[in-house]
Amino acid sequence: MKRITTTILTAMLGLGVALPAMAAPSINKGDTAWMFVSTLLVVMMVVPGLALFYGGLVRAKNMLSVLMQVMMVFSLIIVLWCLYGYSLAFTPGNAFIGGFDRLFLNGIWDPAKGAFSMAATFTKEAMIPEFIFVAFQGTFAAITCALIVGAFAERARFSAVLLFVVIWFTIGYLPVAHMVWFWAGPDAITDAASLEVVTAGAGYLWQQGALDFAGGTVVHINSAVAGLVGAYVIGKRIGYGRESMAPHSLPLTMVGASMLWVGWFGFNAGSALEAGDVAALAFINTLLATAAATVSWALGEWVFKRKPSMLGAASGAVAGLVAITPGAGFVGPMGALVMGLLAGIICLWGVTGLKRLLRADDSLDVFGVHGVGGILGALLTGVFAAPSLGGQGVWDYTTNAMGTSYSIASQLMVQLHAVGVTIIWSAVTAFIAFKLVDIVIGLRVPEDEEREGLDVTSHGESAYRY
Amino acid sequence: MKMITAIIKPFKLDEVREALSEINVQGMTVTEVKGFGRQKGHTELYRGAEYVVDFLPKIKIEAAVDDAVVDQVIDAIQSAARTGKIGDGKIFVADLNQVIRIRTGETGNDAL
Repeated sequence: MKRITTTILTAMLGLGVALPAMAAPSINKGDTAWMFVSTLLVVMMVVPGLALFYGGLVRAKNMLSVLMQVMMVFSLIIVLWCLYGYSLAFTPGNAFIGGFDRLFLNGIWDPAKGAFSMAATFTKEAMIPEFIFVAFQGTFAAITCALIVGAFAERARFSAVLLFVVIWFTIGYLPVAHMVWFWAGPDAITDAASLEVVTAGAGYLWQQGALDFAGGTVVHINSAVAGLVGAYVIGKRIGYGRESMAPHSLPLTMVGASMLWVGWFGFNAGSALEAGDVAALAFINTLLATAAATVSWALGEWVFKRKPSMLGAASGAVAGLVAITPGAGFVGPMGALVMGLLAGIICLWGVTGLKRLLRADDSLDVFGVHGVGGILGALLTGVFAAPSLGGQGVWDYTTNAMGTSYSIASQLMVQLHAVGVTIIWSAVTAFIAFKLVDIVIGLRVPEDEEREGLDVTSHGESAYRY
Repeated sequence: MKMITAIIKPFKLDEVREALSEINVQGMTVTEVKGFGRQKGHTELYRGAEYVVDFLPKIKIEAAVDDAVVDQVIDAIQSAARTGKIGDGKIFVADLNQVIRIRTGETGNDAL
């Protein structure tokens, strides 16, 4: 029996290919304006948001190395995205990887016709310029790669970090993004037969019906697993568990976390691709789940660790943001509240109990927050997307109404499948990439450089003058 | 002459300075230092990682004084710096062989 009877309103789509002549699609200027704002917000999440969030958590001698890694990885990935990444992720190919139609962003501007191509949204005939879609998706690829560096901060060789992200972006990120998010858009769907055609052309996990509104699998699980593999392969920092590795500036971490929160409205509400009801739903969910996780993490610390900490509140906010990401436009606000409350407590366990079990020196807890929060969010999305629990269910583009059947159990299995595929894909590709880099240039800096700090030894500068 | 070295809690510095001015101590040198005695340190918890911070911030005051006022100085510091709680600090008294004022070349008590 075919599982796909309805096309699922997942986030993201890529399209620029010729659209059927029957519709009269046109650029919606309101939606387009929102996508510009959203894209800028996601840029701000990375530089300086993520950079400061991570930077404050390392020792003062490694501050600049973290800022530098985040900024350089972001910039490098944006370049690769425009050269070949976008094409491989968001053009038709097979179920696992796209094609070369948009290599070098070719064809988005057609000089012969004197016209720009458009990208589909989730509403028939509502279009946005493909260039802003390229930019928006590029920031997602870049933040995913930048998130990874937190797992092996304070000891990785700078050139190794850059070479790793080039390889992993290509064999790890692009296929997962294509599998989860690529489809041709809703415009060609008129009946069951056309739905089947569109679905058959989509990415593998999209075809399965996986729900990932803004990147629980593609961004968070993907980066967290790659980071965890990196922490194992690179090894622990010198003195780990014996010397103090306390964060050097929690105020900067708080500033960074706050910028992530603000920027995440672009990330989640922007993933609606339109400035309408679903974006508004994603917006309130992003506000509420994050606040709930901040409260629950801090309360959890208060109860279990005696004192509620600033770092705990900041970590809770990020955990909540991660957890609501896959469900932002699917679940109702009370579903988001539960997801946030659970994320705060479970990710607190992720950076304490689970971290001890894993025995890896994941320096900035990329797996504990993004991995655990991402898996939790991806699974709970399958639960709280149910209309019976206040969720959106799935949209049926053949009837242009909400689908009538939603089974929590079967959706949960689909979500589990998507999580499993992402974990395995990311782990295998990351392992290959790390091993390759280790053979070619070596993953770690020499011991004396690690002790002196990467700011001076890798970059020839110091963050602070006393 | 004696060299008085007092280790005190940082927030007690102003009170100690005023108390010493009242009994005409003419000068002192103050340094921010870290250390521990019976108070020991404290623990800090960052996510799962717990660190013991051994060295707590303290203020070190150094003052060179005439033998005649040593007891007065000790009383002044002790009463100003005292909170009664562990960690109030210590006063060390040591003999001072010579003092020279660099500008004038005066020595001994004249240089204090």
